[in-house]
Amino acid sequence: MIRKLNLRAVVIATLLAALLLLPLYTSLTGDRFALTLFTRIVILALAAVSLNLALGYGGMVSFGHAAFLGIGGYAVGILSYEGVGSGFVQWPIALGASALFALVIGALSLRTRGVYFIMIPLAFAQMAYYIASGLARYGGDDGLTLQNRSSFAGLINPSNKVQFYYLCLALLLGSIYLVWRLTNSRFGLAVQGARSNDTRMRAIGFPTYRYKLACFVISGTLCGLAGILLANNTDFVSPAIMFWTRSGDLIVMVVLGGMGSLFGPLFGAVALLFLEEALSRITEYWQILLGPLLLLVVLFARGGIDGLLKGARRG
Amino acid sequence: MTLFIEQCLNGLQFGLLLFLLAAGLTLVFGIMDLVNLAHGSLYMIGAYFAATFAAWTGSFVLGAILALGATLLVGMAVEVIAMRKLYGRDHLDHVLATFGLILFFDESVRLIWGPAGLSLPLPSWLQTPITILPGIQYSAYRLAIIVVSVAVAAALYFIVMRTRLGMLIRAGASNREMIGALGINIKLLFTLVFGLGAALAGLAGLMQAPILTVQIGMGENILILAFVVIVIGGIGSIRGAFISAVLVGFIDTLGRSYFPDLLRLVLDRNTAATAAPALSSMLIYIIMAAILVVRPEGLFPASRR
Amino acid sequence: MAEPLLQVDNLSKNFGGIRASDALSLEVVRGELHAVIGPNGAGKTTLISQLTGLLHPDAGAIRFDGQDITQVPAYQRSLLGLARSFQITSLFLDLSVLDNVLLAVQAHQGHSFHFWKNARRDRDLRDPAMAALKRVGLTERAMQPAFRLNHGDHRQLELAMALAANPRLLLLDEPMAGMGPEQSARMVEMLRALKGEVTILLVEHDMEAVFALADRITVLVYGRVIATGTPQEIRANAQVREAYLGEQEATHG
Repeated sequence: MIRKLNLRAVVIATLLAALLLLPLYTSLTGDRFALTLFTRIVILALAAVSLNLALGYGGMVSFGHAAFLGIGGYAVGILSYEGVGSGFVQWPIALGASALFALVIGALSLRTRGVYFIMIPLAFAQMAYYIASGLARYGGDDGLTLQNRSSFAGLINPSNKVQFYYLCLALLLGSIYLVWRLTNSRFGLAVQGARSNDTRMRAIGFPTYRYKLACFVISGTLCGLAGILLANNTDFVSPAIMFWTRSGDLIVMVVLGGMGSLFGPLFGAVALLFLEEALSRITEYWQILLGPLLLLVVLFARGGIDGLLKGARRG
Repeated sequence: MTLFIEQCLNGLQFGLLLFLLAAGLTLVFGIMDLVNLAHGSLYMIGAYFAATFAAWTGSFVLGAILALGATLLVGMAVEVIAMRKLYGRDHLDHVLATFGLILFFDESVRLIWGPAGLSLPLPSWLQTPITILPGIQYSAYRLAIIVVSVAVAAALYFIVMRTRLGMLIRAGASNREMIGALGINIKLLFTLVFGLGAALAGLAGLMQAPILTVQIGMGENILILAFVVIVIGGIGSIRGAFISAVLVGFIDTLGRSYFPDLLRLVLDRNTAATAAPALSSMLIYIIMAAILVVRPEGLFPASRR
Repeated sequence: MAEPLLQVDNLSKNFGGIRASDALSLEVVRGELHAVIGPNGAGKTTLISQLTGLLHPDAGAIRFDGQDITQVPAYQRSLLGLARSFQITSLFLDLSVLDNVLLAVQAHQGHSFHFWKNARRDRDLRDPAMAALKRVGLTERAMQPAFRLNHGDHRQLELAMALAANPRLLLLDEPMAGMGPEQSARMVEMLRALKGEVTILLVEHDMEAVFALADRITVLVYGRVIATGTPQEIRANAQVREAYLGEQEATHG
């Protein structure tokens, strides 16, 4: 047990070191593709970290998190299109919009139980998708190209690939720290209690609705942040970013990495993108392998990668 | 006026189609407590089968019948191979596993039929418009969809309410142990119900095929609408699914055609034209939200669930 | 005699035609361990449910520390210092043993919108939680997930959670239910240690435990109190012997 626990620590340390040193590697080898790929991995890991807060710690199976990616991304895209290029303006608006959307759909869906909770965020995320498709001024189905990345008055230059990568990495690590603080706080304890036994929580006097809603809003806002970064990374945002299957990808990352584990979403994001790479070498039709693999993870490895590293299975 | 009647019929036709899809979803949820995201894949497979079999046999009707049988078999196979292991697990497991199935089905279709879509041509007797009222003509094919869907809905109602199978289905929804105690082969029952749901989805898919193109991912779009239907109707309730499907069909169709005009009454022409497509696509979701505020369990909550 | 901490006056509750509580009155005095016994169907569970606020009486009043709490909702009763342990254990099984008790302390301390400070290291939460765990002998298992514990330890944990709220009255609903002799003996020892520190109302089937622990015993039959007194008085009471103990002795041969 102790030895395996160390294995997990070693894996985390190695992964973090690799992420920190990546730009060094790419500048030595001139491998620009690796930097682009890893910026994407880091951003999606951030989205997965945010979903893990709601799903892993709060037990809320949100099939609508891709909507926050879209809202964050579109807020930046639209403001940039309308001539507001400053990140100091764009980002707070984007985060505020994500928080507001999370508040509305959370307030509606948390009134219901069980399977309704899965379907309602899913439906509203799809609504966001159709709205974006209908925004003719901002490209409709074809999406919107960013003329410029968010500017920060020269403090950081997001157009510099290395600087942008480190910005994303810092935000990812910051979010992991935030989730760590939150989940160990009284608030986090109450949220985990509500996941574990909602009836008992209410019996001893916790208004669990409020705690779960607050958790959902924080999670959605954090995912909006990932959306901001994603739009800046690709200089482009389109409705496809929030199609519901994208939310499925995020859930897959969280579960693959290990639900309710601090570094699980990072493992999951890295593993999923590497898996894609590896499987697509075997066959062009690699999703034929990924689909059944998911089924096997569900049936036999619910703890995900983190669970395997810990040597203990959850649930 | 002619246009209005036509749009109403279109709304009805779309609503009935949604019902076929939602019925399978809600039946499977009500009885097996299973959330099946891959239901849309069965819709897609029904359409692909129909296009293929119709091309082989040279007959639209024969192709459709064969496709229906084939989708039923695929559904039963999926139940035996995968779904059976998911009963009694939590909904997250269902969601993930069936999401995996979507990837599998989409990619299998790409492998077998290629990435380009197919088309399913209509026979000439279904292409000629029919005069339904003096001076008003309507697509014979869409009318056929309405007739078939209503017949299926009636048959479904009869099966669930009046037959032994239906009694078992209703008992299963409310008391799983009882069925086991009666010595009925519950495994077989579940396989049949899942197959039935698959066939209904396949029927919806193959009937929609001549109107739209048959393509990969066609099920993913409409699946969410089917979810909206059962959330509004009350998950697990066939009656609720029927009423809410027709409602959603009407609102969506009429909303898209008339909402922009309504908007022009309150907004200037340019703003209305810009906002209309986005707003009219929001319509059914806003209605869903409004219904949930008043009735969190939908219009016809299935008992106890 | 000291002023009663809990006073139940003429409590009545009907279910259809059945009188589950029939003009039921009893008093629990500060500091005592008061046991309620009675044959099956005597209305013990109905009484507990009314005391905790899960059921509302048709008539009668419940006073706790001089305050009428008949209409006070369940969770507010726990804030007033009336804690219960659940007959059917309802724990946070996937959380650690310590987290279970921390949540109970937290519930007692009010709202939990503290987002930053580490609750597991917060002395205001941790100290009472660890003290409660120590009392039930679960200190060493504090970091284990609750699902690893056996049935007896689950009951101990339930008790720790009730104690953690620092209650003035502890309602124990059949704490020995489903326990083996060894586990029961451990629970009796623990209750003996608690006696005097906390006022306890104990509903229990295990006669041996009740007579070993109780200061006073109330006997219920068909929702009515037929006798209240010290264990000696209850043993000597002819009506009780007839209605209850006699039946027990008869069945035990």
